[in-house]
Amino acid sequence: MSSALAATPPPTAAPTSNARFLLAGVVFTVLLIVAGAFMPKWLTFLLTLAASHGLVSLGIVLLMRGGVVSFGQGLVFAAGAYAAALVFNKLGITDAIGMALIGGAAATCIAAPFAPLLSRYRGIFFAMLTLALSMVAYGVLVKTQALGGSDGFNMGRPTLFGQALPDARVGYVLYAVTISFAAVLALLARVYFDSIRGLITLAVRDNELRVEYLGGSVRRAIGVNFVLAAFAGGAGGALTVMSLGHIDPNFSYWTTSGEFVFVAILAGWQSVLAVFVASTVLEVVRSFSSLYFPNTWQLALGLFLLFVIRFLPRGIGSLWFSRAWFRRIGGGP
Amino acid sequence: MNAVLRATGIEKRFGAVVAASEINISIATGQRVSLIGSNGAGKTTFVNMITGYMKPDSGQIWLAERDITALSPREITHLGVARSFQIPQLCAELSVLDNMLVATACHDRRLSFWQSARRADAVARADELLARFRLGEHRDRRVAELPGGVRKLLDIAMALTGQPQLLLLDEPTSGVSAEEKFPMMDIVMTALGAQAMTVMFVEHDMDIVERYADRVVAFYSGRIIADDVPAVALAADDVRRYVTGGH
Repeated sequence: MSSALAATPPPTAAPTSNARFLLAGVVFTVLLIVAGAFMPKWLTFLLTLAASHGLVSLGIVLLMRGGVVSFGQGLVFAAGAYAAALVFNKLGITDAIGMALIGGAAATCIAAPFAPLLSRYRGIFFAMLTLALSMVAYGVLVKTQALGGSDGFNMGRPTLFGQALPDARVGYVLYAVTISFAAVLALLARVYFDSIRGLITLAVRDNELRVEYLGGSVRRAIGVNFVLAAFAGGAGGALTVMSLGHIDPNFSYWTTSGEFVFVAILAGWQSVLAVFVASTVLEVVRSFSSLYFPNTWQLALGLFLLFVIRFLPRGIGSLWFSRAWFRRIGGGP
Repeated sequence: MNAVLRATGIEKRFGAVVAASEINISIATGQRVSLIGSNGAGKTTFVNMITGYMKPDSGQIWLAERDITALSPREITHLGVARSFQIPQLCAELSVLDNMLVATACHDRRLSFWQSARRADAVARADELLARFRLGEHRDRRVAELPGGVRKLLDIAMALTGQPQLLLLDEPTSGVSAEEKFPMMDIVMTALGAQAMTVMFVEHDMDIVERYADRVVAFYSGRIIADDVPAVALAADDVRRYVTGGH
């Protein structure tokens, strides 16, 4: 305290820029897309799902930065996926990018009316309410024969900019589209995390009372984050269904939501890149565990999560950023 | 008198406990008012009612010409009332600078989705205020690592970012060592000096009250038992009996 009361020299501002992160993100994305051309098909498929699922977890990380966790992102994942599949089958909209945007928009429209209600709740109540919404959606989907009931329905092969995708290249093109879409949303998320609203989100996580007494709206911050998370989740659902070619109510089931939460915890809330790394880790563990321990792969997954929580409580994103750097900018790429 | 704050007929009960009774008070612009009283006398309840954290059972509170009795803390903040807390309310995991930037952004209501929180003009404003409170050396430290007195100063500095008409300080020197109380209040009052701001501070240390207040309002059992300049208020029989104990 006494040192604080002594005269202090005027501090110098530490300029922070997103430019280098944006540039690095663009370069990394291009490299990933080029590398995809030389990857085996199973790997491009795995990375496609990792990227599309990662978008849903990115939404959860967005919420986690404000101090709440959604256990029901399966709702927006399913909403985006069903919307994309329906516009493909019923309206003839087949463009991959268009469907991804429609998926995000549909999920946003479904989530937005609930945002004012959910923003009143915190902790386990927020988590359980979101879970309840996703399970209501699951129940409705299972009972709706027009949407295929519990079996769901198939969708055809998407196009890109009006061009049909040839058999040999469809997997790679969808991989490139998914990686590109995920990269754009990830970079936008990075910009948002560093923005004024992003900083206020962190403040909400720390001390809601103070934010309100400074004139900020805690409920608005959480509501806006919920809607943004819905867009990311819906886009992720749409990109997923394009790769799988099939949609069913399990997209909204609670175990699906649990996997997205798993990835978010694995990643930690500081880093955008870590979300996609964690999502890839999940897909790799799932694939190899399913292969070698077909009935107990969840056990391997659980043990892995325990290991991360014990040794990396801030998630794997904390592996590549120093503590001082976190302090300085309150986040990471 | 040009009153920045008026409270008329304020009553507040918590069950059988009377927290405020027949509170009638008018605070002129620019006054430095100290609220004194023993624990449970109703000082903090009064502050909480002004800031919207609690609503009075009856009575009205006016900020200038605006009735703020039923408004939320956020609305009252935007009308120009700011406060600090007995236990500093800060964002412990953020840096000192980020706390200031949060305060600046909330007051400005320019909540951009893409504009960097560390834009030059916001950082400059935050740095200027930190310098006034001599907090510059702590600028990049995490708040959780700061000593209590520094947190108190930061709490007050954050309240000042919006240049409020009325600043409420809830026990600004509580938890601060005896030898640091005066230097700390000097910093606060010096920082406020340039602004024609009305200040109300809850305080238990009568030396602080005598030095920094130009008006004292003494509470006992939810009632105002004295309201005058410090020399007169602190010498009043009821104040000596119920508050200062013969100070």
